[in-house]
Amino acid sequence: MSFINYSSREINCKIVYYGPGLCGKTTNLQFIYDRTRPESKGKMISLATETERTLFFDFLPLSLGEIRGFKTRFHLYTVPGQVFYDASRKLILKGVDGIVFVADSQEEREDANLESLDNLKDNLIEQGMNLNHIPYVVQYNKRDLPNVMSVDQLRRMLNPDGVPDFEAVASQGQGVFETLKSIAKLVLVQLKKAK
Amino acid sequence: MSQMIMYEEEHRQISFLLNKLYRETNGRACYIVDKNGQLVAEAGETRNIDSTSLSSLVAGSIAATGSLAKLIGEKEFSVLFHEGKDQHIHVTLVSGGVILVVIFDNRTSLGLVRLRVKKASDEFNRVFINLTKKVESPKAKSPFSEITDDDIDSLFRDDDIDKLFRE
Ligand SMILES: Nc1nc2c(ncn2[C@@H]2O[C@H](COP(=O)(O)OP(=O)(O)O)[C@@H](O)[C@H]2O)c(=O)[nH]1
Ligand SMILES: [Mg+2]
Repeated sequence: MSFINYSSREINCKIVYYGPGLCGKTTNLQFIYDRTRPESKGKMISLATETERTLFFDFLPLSLGEIRGFKTRFHLYTVPGQVFYDASRKLILKGVDGIVFVADSQEEREDANLESLDNLKDNLIEQGMNLNHIPYVVQYNKRDLPNVMSVDQLRRMLNPDGVPDFEAVASQGQGVFETLKSIAKLVLVQLKKAK
Repeated sequence: MSQMIMYEEEHRQISFLLNKLYRETNGRACYIVDKNGQLVAEAGETRNIDSTSLSSLVAGSIAATGSLAKLIGEKEFSVLFHEGKDQHIHVTLVSGGVILVVIFDNRTSLGLVRLRVKKASDEFNRVFINLTKKVESPKAKSPFSEITDDDIDSLFRDDDIDKLFRE
């Protein structure tokens, strides 16, 4: 749920990076954090296990400039991908304004991608939301690895509706900002439409 | 309600109440945070505390304890208390998705904080009920009635936005 603050003249929105375990969600946020000017970002928080797997969420606040005197601020969250952390995923989806689904392009992650996408749809419906009605983009990550499915295959499987999608190598930053800009823009356009 | 809007008038009322609470509890700092982790207002010695991180973490722990409550058949836990060696955090669910946070140390006591928070909760409640009515009214003011598609496009014009990011 976006939050418009007339007092601080801010428009605040929440974007969630969703996807199977180890697909590269935390890596997306880490790259954004590393490459954003200090004045445009806040502290990145990672609630992770000792082995660096996301336990609850990663959080990164970003400012992307002003519109008509209002600062646009985006709170980026990632969910833990492991199947058994479903309760945490549900909490993080509350009040979401836009979603990035990060897919792992590797052949052996085909089922994990599908399972995670189904899980996303179910969890949204449980909260009275619908993936068809909220700003949503898809990222095909790990394009650098040898055993990847073709983008056409991935698209057929994960993006039959043709929402904006991006190829990425998040560990090298490729596709990361394109994805972010696309979802941030969709969120603002949606807020304008809802008005 | 698909968005929360905070107007200047209500923000003034909330800041006034929060400053009063800060003085009356003799605490270190007080915050109002919304359930989705956005900071609404702050009072007291806030300079050395990262309020954005605080808001997100407080909202996360309220959400987690809310689920814990349901797990055991309780509607919610409306108060959380984190006790440290020198500093403590008192977190209360006020109403309709608003969280009141008081950070205090040994200059004051949990009993006093609890008492003042209880009284203040009703006052905050009233402000937020009015605010919700205002936001839900068809005449509600929003910056998006003035923002055009071109405004949004120009925010994402490549060279401008890319200046925020280093190569
Ligand atoms: N080869 C390759 N590895 C990646 C890429 N993106 C992320 N990784 C690696 O995949 C592992 C899991 O990434 P992480 O961001 O923690 O996954 P998360 O579970 O989705 O948060 C890490 O070792 C990353 O360095 C990529 O595009 N290519
Ligand atoms: Mg992670």
